[in-house]
Parts: sequence; C-alpha cells; structure tokens
Amino acid sequence: MKPAPFAYRKAFSLEEAIALIGANPEGRFLAGGQSLIATLNMRLSAPAMLIDINGISGLDGIVLNDDMLEIGALVRHAQAERSALIARHAPLIALAVPHIAHVAIRNRGTVGGSIAFADPAAELPACLLALDGEVVASGPKGTRTIKAAGFFKGLFETALAADEMLIGVRVPAATADTRVAFAELARRHGDYAIVGLAASARSTTSGLRDVRLAYFGVGDTPVRATAAEAALADGDVEAAVATLDLRPHDDVQASAAVKMHLAGVLLRRAAKQLREAQE
Amino acid sequence: MSAATTLDIALTVNGEPIQARVDARRSLVDFIREDLSLTGSHIGCEQGVCGACTMRVNDEIVRGCLTLAVQCDGATVETIEGLSDSGEVADLQEAFEQRNALQCGFCTPGVIAAAQDLLRRGGIPSRDQIRAHLSGNYCRCTGYHAIVDAIEAVANARVSTSR
Repeated sequence: MKPAPFAYRKAFSLEEAIALIGANPEGRFLAGGQSLIATLNMRLSAPAMLIDINGISGLDGIVLNDDMLEIGALVRHAQAERSALIARHAPLIALAVPHIAHVAIRNRGTVGGSIAFADPAAELPACLLALDGEVVASGPKGTRTIKAAGFFKGLFETALAADEMLIGVRVPAATADTRVAFAELARRHGDYAIVGLAASARSTTSGLRDVRLAYFGVGDTPVRATAAEAALADGDVEAAVATLDLRPHDDVQASAAVKMHLAGVLLRRAAKQLREAQE
Repeated sequence: MSAATTLDIALTVNGEPIQARVDARRSLVDFIREDLSLTGSHIGCEQGVCGACTMRVNDEIVRGCLTLAVQCDGATVETIEGLSDSGEVADLQEAFEQRNALQCGFCTPGVIAAAQDLLRRGGIPSRDQIRAHLSGNYCRCTGYHAIVDAIEAVANARVSTSR
C-alpha cells in the first residue's frame, strides 16, 4: 500500500524542529523512518506532516561524559554496531544491536527512533531499562531527563510530551564489575523477537547483585521481572525461572504459555552468560 | 512555517544527474520504478520485511520502500541497473546463473545488492556471515542454499584473483 498524503519539512536545528512540532500537533518526527514509514505505507498512521530531523547536526555523537555514555538520537544502529565506545562502555547495547532487523535497516534506523517509537518487542528500550538509563528530551521549556523506568508508559506510548523531541539517551558506563547478557528468540534473525531478554548485574566475590532483567515481547512495554531478579541474585537459577513474574498475552507469534516457557529458556541462557562473564 | 506535499529534488542515479518534482509520500523505490522507469528494483511487502527493493544510497544499502524520495535530495543512488551496467556484480550474476541460485528471480536484484554489500568489504565471509547479511532478503524459491554457494564461490574467486 501507499501512504496517505502528508506534508514534508526538513528541520535544520533543534529549535526549528520543536517550533514545527509545536505549530503542527498532527505532525511526526522522521528520523530513520524504518518503523514509521512502514506504518505509513500500511496506513496504520497518517500524520499531516513529517518533520525530517536528519538535517540537524550534533545529534549523532557517542560521547563518554564522566561516568555516563551519551548516545545521540540520530546515531544509526550500524554506527552503534561499529562503535568502540559502545563496545567498551555499553557492552549490553553492543550485544543487542546485531539483533535489530537487517543490515539495510540498521544503516538507516536510529537509536533515538527506536526508543521514542517504544515498540514493546524492540531491543533497545529493554536495554535502556536493564541499564537503568535515561532519555534526554528537548521541548519549548528546555531540556529534561527521564529515567527509563518512567519513560515507557504503554503500547507505543512514552513520557514524551507532544511538543518534545528525544535528543539522546544516557546509560551508566560499564565498570569492572558490570556483567551483561542478551538473548532473544525470533523466527528469522532480525525479525521482532517472540521473547527477548536484556540483563545486567554487578559481580561480587559472593555472586551477583543489582540484577536487572528487562524482558521484551511479553507485554505493552519492556518489563522487569523483579522476583526473578531477586532469586538470581540469591544464586538460584531454577528458582528464578519458577518465579518468573511476567504476564505475557497471546500475539500473532506465540501464545502466552509458549512465551512464558521461552522466557524461562532465555533466563537460563542469560544466567549462564552472566556467570561465565564473572569467571 | 509551511511544508509542502510536493517538492523538487536533485540527485544522482546510476551516475546520471536527475531533477524531479515528487510527492512527499513517494517512496524511493516507487520513484525509481515509476518516474525513472528503472524496474529492476522490485516491490514485495512495502514494509521493510522482504528486501526485494534493496538498493544503495550514499554507498550503503537501504530499503527503497522505507526511504522517501524527498529524503534523497542530494544523494547518490545506485540500483541494480547501475551495479549491473558497471560490471561491478557481473561475477555474482554469472555465479547465480551457474549454480541455479535463482528460480523466479523476483528477489534476485535485492539479493545481489545485499551480497555485493558484503563482498565489497573484502575477505572471505563464512557461510554464517553470508546468511546473516542476507537475513533481510526473502527468497521463496531456492531455499537459500544455492544463493549462499554462489556468494561463497564469488568471495573465493575475488580473493584468489586479487592475490
């Protein structure tokens, strides 16, 4: 199918983009477009205007600032995949990015777009939650940061105001005791996950602490399995699987029961990754 | 602050400078096929899943269906016609024919574009790397095995001739 007609405007500064969205509440920001244009083609959405933000400079940087790694909204997945800074300071994101769609899509899709679109089966929102990261948003009243835990509000719904733009994300830089794991199951490599898991923890002499398990593909948003986190911190993988506190629903890919089973499979795999990294 | 539903663009397609007026909603692959009559890039799913519209923009492969023509103002676009006419993929085309790596041929332009994107990075990719690089290209005829064979053979041949 073809999109419904829309107007197009390319913004060349953040101020211009924010003014445009303020004046055109029926507009949408266009970054990589790899999800947005598909929904337009299928007429699942029909914004009156697309505000192309690809001409705004300064949004494609990856910078280590004190103990936080800052990733600009326009960083392409392919750029993140090649980034030595991300590999070193955000290894969870480095593990996740190769699972995002396919080469041609990773060349255009952006980190900011994936977070702002908030697809519940997408990898990066779960990584942001697992890493206790934050979103940086700019609007007419200035810039604010929003913790990942409060950012994903519902199905494709975020804490961004209608006149705000996501300009980047920040995650705490990995330290020597940081352990991460990533696993997902999809019918074809690169397709949206049936179930996926992004995990982080801290290694201590007696085991893991601060375990964070962020699942995707099992609800309206990425979700943490807090009871399983506690069991895993106690060192009991099977107890963690038995206590997995998720409530997936049936979708086109799998039934809720299958998703629960697969969530347990992924938890065992992630626990193994966390343990092996510890040794 | 006005925005237009129709815009003028200037770009290079297969080495030729092109100027055109396009609807904002026109996808790159529709522009290439309908306005420029280059019908080698195919349209399968129009939602980024099948890879039949894979083409090169500014030296990187993209989905022609998930890129707007207006976004390509100032860009350099290479379609399968360009890759083919320049001889850049002649060995891949020959190997695909030799090894029956196509049957209906609908996916082939996109597959060749994706394969060339991998092979121009140099070296001999593993079969797993070939499959991973082609994960975004559906073929409903071949079962992929012959496609991987053909790409692997070309990778080997290119490395041995460059020695």
